[in-house]
Amino acid sequence: MTEPTGTERLLRQLAPQVLGVLTRRHGDFETCEDAVQEALLAATGQWPAEGVPSNPTGWLITVASRRRLEMVRSDAARRRREVTAAALAPPAPEPLPAVDDTLTLFLLCCHPVLTRVSQVALTLRGVGGLTTAEIARALLVPEATVGQRISRAKQRIKASGARFEPPPAAELPDRLVAVRQVLYLIFNEGYTASSGGRLHRVELTAEAIRLARQLHRLLPDDGEVAGLLALMLLTDARRPARTGPDGALIPLAEQDRSKWNQAAIAEGTALVTSALATAPVGPYQLQAAIAAVHDEAARAEDTDWPQILALYDHLHRLAPSPMVTLGRVVVVAMVHGPRAGLDQLTAAAADPALADHHRLHAVRAHLLDLAGDRSAAREAYELAARRTLSIPERRYLEARASRLGMTGP
Amino acid sequence: MKYLILIYSNPASREIWEGFSEAEQAEGYAYYAGLTEQLVDSGELIVSEALADASHTKRVTVRDGETITSDGPFAEVKEQLAGFYLVDCESSERAVEIAAKMPEAAFGLIEVRPVLDLSAAGM
Repeated sequence: MTEPTGTERLLRQLAPQVLGVLTRRHGDFETCEDAVQEALLAATGQWPAEGVPSNPTGWLITVASRRRLEMVRSDAARRRREVTAAALAPPAPEPLPAVDDTLTLFLLCCHPVLTRVSQVALTLRGVGGLTTAEIARALLVPEATVGQRISRAKQRIKASGARFEPPPAAELPDRLVAVRQVLYLIFNEGYTASSGGRLHRVELTAEAIRLARQLHRLLPDDGEVAGLLALMLLTDARRPARTGPDGALIPLAEQDRSKWNQAAIAEGTALVTSALATAPVGPYQLQAAIAAVHDEAARAEDTDWPQILALYDHLHRLAPSPMVTLGRVVVVAMVHGPRAGLDQLTAAAADPALADHHRLHAVRAHLLDLAGDRSAAREAYELAARRTLSIPERRYLEARASRLGMTGP
Repeated sequence: MKYLILIYSNPASREIWEGFSEAEQAEGYAYYAGLTEQLVDSGELIVSEALADASHTKRVTVRDGETITSDGPFAEVKEQLAGFYLVDCESSERAVEIAAKMPEAAFGLIEVRPVLDLSAAGM
């Protein structure tokens, strides 16, 4: 993984402000966004060598404004002269923006006319200040693919007639649902067990946490934004213990808990505790609360399973989903024994979305294993390994199957 | 999610293709070019290639450290891989929707395979 440099970190932080100023001033989000991207690239090249300007935001606004002007002007000769002029003249200081447009920007990048993959790419670039190349590396797709997604997304926004302004208050809750989902998707996209340093992925989990922090700062009273940030922190806290030296996944019950990030756990727990006490309860808060109960157990056997089951019951009523059903089955097994879990799993398999899902087979394997039915557990682990689409999961499930096979039933 | 869309040919589909006039074949190529363009435009295409005739196939075997090749075509193989699209799209439903646009789908010669990824969210 590549850590962002000081310049990169600063640029990502300033990017939404600069884009907000430009779009507010000129209205044409499509061109402004391209211009800001170019200004960021120019800064990446210049600042490390020449030093960060005394007013970095002003510098970026000036350079981006010039780039925008160049793009708007179609006359090629004129454009060449502009470039020369821009390169010679030091940027004049710009006044700092009086309003923070970051929330408007979040909402525009996660606009409902866009597909989810486009929302992800545009949010990472527009709000996150990442370059197309960085996004492509992070998402493991070619740069041209990401570039195309972004330009097409902006065309769609333009065609929809969406303007750079806050949506009507009545629409805001629904629009925020999409923003939270996009951030959670970015987080999960980065939550990978990478093997070795050869991947050089931008730290998407860190980016997602940074963006969620920004959103939480803008909307401190939104319990679900707080819940989302807490869920990310409480999940990411376990990362140092989640993979072995060979990159293999280590399940929660077997992790070395002394490696967990206690500062992140404390912050996440405080966030979710306060959100649950002050805001209407929601699915992110409940998932964060479940993660917090796991994280507060010093040893796996100290886990307060009845408490987790109560939270799952609540989550199941509030936001039922196949994955919540499966998660709850595991907890039922921990509270009432593996046979009780297996009974519930049979019922859950009636849902066509789950019937042949690899997670269902993985859970069945785990519960059969707990119940001492080694040969059936092995078969279920093998089935789950064949059905999963994730390389680390397949490795993990195969290892479980062969471990059961070695000693024999 | 990434999906590999595999396009096969079989004796029947090859016969139809070879029976096409030059203009009809040009139309076929143009259709595929248009499809590729659509997928570039939607930001879903990662790579697509058409493969040379199966007679160019070399089967490679290493035995006792020695590399041995045998030249195709191989009589026992009726269905030949003719080309592929690697796409990154939202769902398997969308991948199937793309696959259904391939003319060979009329002969049941298109396969969609999900690509394994490195994510292990929720583990």
